Amino acid sequence: MSCNHCEELTRARLMRRAVAQAGNGLPSIEPGMPAPAGTGLSRRSFLLRSSAAMLSVYGASRLRLGDLEAGVAQAAGANDPVLVSIFLEGGIDSLSVLAPTTDPTYRALRPSLALDPDAGTAFTEDPRLRWHPAAASFDALHRAGKMAVAPAIGYSSPDQSHFTSRHYWEVGGLSPREITGWMGRLLERIGTADNPLQGLSLDGSLSPALATSSVPVAAVDGISYDLWARGVWGTPEELMFGAVADLGAGGARSKDPGLRSAAGAATQAMQLRTQLEPFSGEEINAPVAYPEGEGSWFGENLSALAAMLAAGLPIRCAAIQAPGGFDTHDNQAESFASDLKLAADSIAAFQADLEARGLANRVVTLVWSEFGRRPEENDSGTDHGAGGAAYVIGSRVNGRMVGEFPGLDQLDPDDNLRATSDFRGLYCSLIEQWFNVDAGAVIPDAASFARPTLIG
Amino acid sequence: MAGKPGNHHHGGSGLPVYHGKFGERQAARLLWRAGFGPRPGEAAKLARRFNLRGAVHSLTRPKGKEHLKGPQPVDEDGLPLAPFDAYGHDELWWLDRMVRTNHPMVERMALIWHDWFATADVNSQKLSIEQAQLFERRWMGPFPDLLADVTVNPAMLIWLSGLDNTRRAPNENYAREMMELFTLGASNEAGYPYSEDDVREQARALTGWDADWEDDVGYVNFHFDAKRHDAGAKTIFGQTGNFDWTDSCRLCVGHKAHKTFFVEKLWSYFIPVPPTAKTRKALERLYVKHDHAVRPVVEAILMHPAFYRGPSMVKPPIVYIVGLLRARRGGIRSDWSWISDLAGQRLFRPPNVAGWNEARWLDTSTFRGRWIAANYIAGYDAIDDEATYSATEGPKQAVRKALQFWGDPQVSTATRKGLERYAGAVATSATADWQQDTFRLLRQNALRMLVATSPDMQTS
Repeated sequence: MSCNHCEELTRARLMRRAVAQAGNGLPSIEPGMPAPAGTGLSRRSFLLRSSAAMLSVYGASRLRLGDLEAGVAQAAGANDPVLVSIFLEGGIDSLSVLAPTTDPTYRALRPSLALDPDAGTAFTEDPRLRWHPAAASFDALHRAGKMAVAPAIGYSSPDQSHFTSRHYWEVGGLSPREITGWMGRLLERIGTADNPLQGLSLDGSLSPALATSSVPVAAVDGISYDLWARGVWGTPEELMFGAVADLGAGGARSKDPGLRSAAGAATQAMQLRTQLEPFSGEEINAPVAYPEGEGSWFGENLSALAAMLAAGLPIRCAAIQAPGGFDTHDNQAESFASDLKLAADSIAAFQADLEARGLANRVVTLVWSEFGRRPEENDSGTDHGAGGAAYVIGSRVNGRMVGEFPGLDQLDPDDNLRATSDFRGLYCSLIEQWFNVDAGAVIPDAASFARPTLIG
Repeated sequence: MAGKPGNHHHGGSGLPVYHGKFGERQAARLLWRAGFGPRPGEAAKLARRFNLRGAVHSLTRPKGKEHLKGPQPVDEDGLPLAPFDAYGHDELWWLDRMVRTNHPMVERMALIWHDWFATADVNSQKLSIEQAQLFERRWMGPFPDLLADVTVNPAMLIWLSGLDNTRRAPNENYAREMMELFTLGASNEAGYPYSEDDVREQARALTGWDADWEDDVGYVNFHFDAKRHDAGAKTIFGQTGNFDWTDSCRLCVGHKAHKTFFVEKLWSYFIPVPPTAKTRKALERLYVKHDHAVRPVVEAILMHPAFYRGPSMVKPPIVYIVGLLRARRGGIRSDWSWISDLAGQRLFRPPNVAGWNEARWLDTSTFRGRWIAANYIAGYDAIDDEATYSATEGPKQAVRKALQFWGDPQVSTATRKGLERYAGAVATSATADWQQDTFRLLRQNALRMLVATSPDMQTS
């Protein structure tokens, strides 16, 4: 309860700004505009007013607050579970994150890349493995019982194409032509037809994992959804965005389904713009420090996500790609440690941020990569492999290992690490244990995968 | 025989023909769906000069030599494009052709084949462009010739592993896609048109293509090498013979599932609701009767009542962008790759071998991409001198002017009224003296954006 109170204040502050900005210049047009902020509006009405403000220019009465605003308000349950997906692009070398440093086979396969036998810190669940020094913040999360590690995750007959394997992970199955993402299909079950924020890509283009067939989802570049027009500013600009929504509302009443779908996109775009308006151009005052320097945008976007969740915005699934390139075919020693450290430190800061904001019980973070890398190094790096790594992080997460480390003495026919867990089983667990949805409705052949206990 | 009032039927073909009014609205839809939209005045002119048949034929049987109107595009340094070499210039090369051509349907059909035989980045802009040129050359088929050319097209041989498909190690990549995506479909009402054995046997028949690798150039000298070809007997669709790649193509086109697949897929590029069974069967007969020629089928679709009476379609992002440029009589002036990518369609980069997903062109992200594209194009000519702008221009006048900016597209009454409401609201908000001309200037720039991004302009 006290927690809700805090969120209330945060939301109020943010939404007040939205109403104030949107209301700027409007009263002279339509006297019945929303009351100025700070007048004791309820949490629900703040949200309603802020997203209705633009539309109201052309008559809230005609739109009757529309389905969209109502949908957003209803969707904004402060206790709804949230899943954040973080992608490590390129196929991270899981054998360097958790390395069997004293295994003679490892030392033989990795003459130049092997970590020192006593490098980093011990992995508490398997005495053969040690955390890379750059993964210290992962070690801390794991020791605190907030991280489940899958040390060799993948699928049968692994595909070593970045494109194909990543696609499998994104769609949650091994179908090359599946076009909806696994989180998108989850949103079809738990989402609504009128809330694009429920599935939010934070890096500019829609994550394929969020692609849906019917309910709307959204993509933003960072936290803002800025639109501008050359030679338009001030009141005519604010009114212009209201007019985009107005034209969308007009089109939505058309008998023509093609016109209706175009109108829907315009309406959703303006809704998203309004929802994110309080954050536009504003610094987020994160309660914890995120890594600075190169790649700091990643932490900034994560802190923005935490701020949006704290404001009660109805986000259910979010997706973002970590900075750095983990496709380390050559010169792995040079880039790997700094990229890993940046990703791990930013992700740990995000978890601390959620905890500081009282949100940690609502959010689970999944960190994944399309495959692991070949145990035997090439000249100065590693080629595409099979079994890779995934990490599930959160205060509600059961920090026990998913699958086991298979060791290096029995590799698969392509000399790659054998997978000891299937990513689809991991998805099934998240869907069932975190969202309380039947995974059979989301993941093909769901019944055939073992479910690790991830939550509780 | 029945048909809706005003629909005639082709003599004996069983295909209804639209016989309602062919005015500017219908001409505009035809120009958008079979091309990249009208240049200013073009829709009205087409409706004035031709009846339906004449208008369709002006696109499907263009007279005269193809030429590109207007100045050639240049890069940021004022130099001509280098399509084979400069990053992104392959896309600009094609966009420029779409914008400036006097034979728009050639490019529109090439774009359709690019989606149909979707080939993504093959690490050679030259080979990508040569595939696009193949699609231009074979824009009206006949389909068997198009399929044969595509099957041994260098970009396709790289993209779907044709170069890796040898007697010793058959690779099934192209064999599967040629049946599933290009000619037959994965499954239809009658079940699966081919078996996994057919995939393996097709792969064997398709063996034998090779190329040489040259450092700093890539693959060159694509050729058939009999030593790599499996000359043994294969059984495909129940027929046995010492088949090669030409037989592979022939057997696919001759398969009983092909005509339905072809007709339905081609139809879907022009009309958003599937054909009735009767129309579909009539189109299949037309296709087979003309030895799998494409033109008669396309012409029948473009004259079908469903084309003019049915619902509108969301324009593909490339069509939307090119159409705005044509409406402005503008050219390619800068790097459009990232903008069309934001809008959801980048030439030579389809998301996978199945092509783009036409059912999902618009979301918040791609809407923003379209907005950015429109802002780029409108921004070239944004008004910025309030000293010369009218301080008294009325709302209706302002909307008329903004529509004129885009070549007077037809918009719905609801949209026009919405635009006028906006124009009125801005006028009301201009209370101070200095705002009278300034706000009207800003309003005109904004109205242009509102027209370009309206639901009406996103669809045809």
